[in-house]
Amino acid sequence: MIDFLKKFFKSEPSGVTARERLRLVLLSDHLSLAPDVVESLRADLIAVISKYVEVDEAHCDVTFEQQDSAVAMLANIPILSMRSRPMPPPPPAPSSPPTPDAPHMGGAATASASVAAELPAIAPKRRRRKRRASQNPAPAAG
Amino acid sequence: MSARRIVLTSGKGGVGKTTTTANLGAALAKRGKRVVLVDADIGLRNLDLVLGVEKRIVFDLVEVVEGRCQLRQALIKDKRFESLSILPASQTRDKTAVSELQFAQVIDGLTELCDYVLIDCPAGIEHGFRNAIAGAAEAIVVTTPEVSAIRDADRVIGKLHERGLPIRLVINRIRPEMVRSGDMMSVDDVCDILSAELLGIVPDDEEIIDTTNRGEPVVLTPDSRLGAIYEKIARRLDGEIVPFTSLNAPGFFGRLFGQKKAG
Amino acid sequence: MHELQQPQVAPVAPPVPRGRAIVVTSGKGGVGKTTTTANVGAALARTGARVVLVDADVGLRNLDIVMGLEARVRSHILDVLEERATIEDALVADKRVPTLRLLAAAQTREKDDVDTEGMRKLIESLRERFDYVLIDCPAGIEKGFQNAIVGADEAIIVCTPEVSAVRDADRVVGLLGNRTSVKLIVNRLRPALVRKGKMLSVEDVNAILRLPLLGVITDEPGVIISTNNGEPIALDDTSPTGAAYRAIAGRIAGTDASAPEIPQEPSLLKKFGSLFGGRNA
Repeated sequence: MIDFLKKFFKSEPSGVTARERLRLVLLSDHLSLAPDVVESLRADLIAVISKYVEVDEAHCDVTFEQQDSAVAMLANIPILSMRSRPMPPPPPAPSSPPTPDAPHMGGAATASASVAAELPAIAPKRRRRKRRASQNPAPAAG
Repeated sequence: MSARRIVLTSGKGGVGKTTTTANLGAALAKRGKRVVLVDADIGLRNLDLVLGVEKRIVFDLVEVVEGRCQLRQALIKDKRFESLSILPASQTRDKTAVSELQFAQVIDGLTELCDYVLIDCPAGIEHGFRNAIAGAAEAIVVTTPEVSAIRDADRVIGKLHERGLPIRLVINRIRPEMVRSGDMMSVDDVCDILSAELLGIVPDDEEIIDTTNRGEPVVLTPDSRLGAIYEKIARRLDGEIVPFTSLNAPGFFGRLFGQKKAG
Repeated sequence: MHELQQPQVAPVAPPVPRGRAIVVTSGKGGVGKTTTTANVGAALARTGARVVLVDADVGLRNLDIVMGLEARVRSHILDVLEERATIEDALVADKRVPTLRLLAAAQTREKDDVDTEGMRKLIESLRERFDYVLIDCPAGIEKGFQNAIVGADEAIIVCTPEVSAVRDADRVVGLLGNRTSVKLIVNRLRPALVRKGKMLSVEDVNAILRLPLLGVITDEPGVIISTNNGEPIALDDTSPTGAAYRAIAGRIAGTDASAPEIPQEPSLLKKFGSLFGGRNA
């Protein structure tokens, strides 16, 4: 859509277009050239999410995709169950009845693991779009 | 005192590595420095042609490596600049004929003979590139303000960082009128994208085609605009602080680059 | 292996006509191979032919960015060769021309990673699905070059009218060996300089290379602008350079029987007094 509008109005000089395209493509190139950074990012992401839900670590996947006007990170994190730990206090609002498909709040870690083995994964694989690794605004032109 | 060993590289072919090596080398020699230019483009040699010494090649780098001649025998002394010599590449072999270690040893052999060794790197990031940087302690990345060239320069800069080589940038073939109309990226754009320190800016100038045809460095031409620019780059390389010249000659080019101009 | 095979009873289907595989090469870098591949491919596809452009410059890919398709590349040639993706996964549809596809190179690998035999089979496989397979060859004459030429019957040499480019092109013609067709495109001609004797003419270039001439492209800022925008100039109906590429495509397809036009200098020549001594080229 943005491409179409740009083309229609022809307002942007090609040097500016070139610069923007280059920034995105170089970001994409750099990300794919830094597998150690991506791996650290994946590990950190799993660690943070694991504080709230139990994830299937072996099938967690982090990729980067160049889109028309940004580079986006796509994280695929299969969730097995909620964590069995005290929940934070509920907000001061009328309490809602527990939903029928609320995850089983198991006891010990081993118990919840066996429950997880019997039940199918609670939520289907969710694609969570995280922060947009978008570009800096154009610098002052030379 | 051992020579400075500088590789001129780019990733992308055809941006002016060989032209820059030849002219920068000639400009340094004109200042009295002892310079050896090494053509690392085995199989597709061109440094000899650009300098007009193609008919005087007796031995080449591969023959030095294979021990079929002494290093000094392979060096061609330039007839115009007393302190300039060229070590040509082989034309009939390819880049796998020489290993990184062998190449580095040749460069080591040269460092006792001169003040500057400039290594003309082939296009690409494979064997030929790895050989060329094996001999170097510093790098000059040559690029043009075009999308493919900058992308490749970026890749090469990444590889050079891995080796810990300090990098400076030469932006070649800039067209001021196109920068002014917004149809070409500016010097600031390029430096910003590549995050490299600027060594020189060379405008697109048909003069270089003619001098290359004749096998003559452009610094030989009296009153040559390009010649003056290469001389400034040589001075900067030598450690002098030389401001970038404005191309704001009346009726010629308009405002170009913000704080950076050309030269 | 399979010695006890059932005899064939079904009638054998007529062989699928194979598309043409053409490598675009030069030896010297930066003479316009990628631009030529993009534009000739776009021009051929615009006539309705099914065209795939293959970027063989592993590690330094640029065909995607010249075509303006860099944001759409998901899988690349090594993903296909190493069987992590199918050809269909990797083919990128062009934004403008429906019958045009791109197979991108890998950006983070190296040319030595490509298996030559695998490449040959891939090109064969593409020839079954496309009328034209255009292969953008990297600079040089090493493994990248070998991989690019392995599947191609035909070759287009792109050469600029400069001594280094002609010398490298000459070397490459020698290395190409027997192909059914090796033809020449002269790129970035500056007719005014040729007239002044400061640039090699098309005749000078071809006196050395001695190849059938497909076409001549003059140097013009429009090409830089079109690359900035990621839009092949062959798709611009107002551009004379676009027209030149379309004529080249026509000659390749056999629909244009005209001889290539060799551009002369423009009639209004701005004289500029040059004081260069010495012999002119």
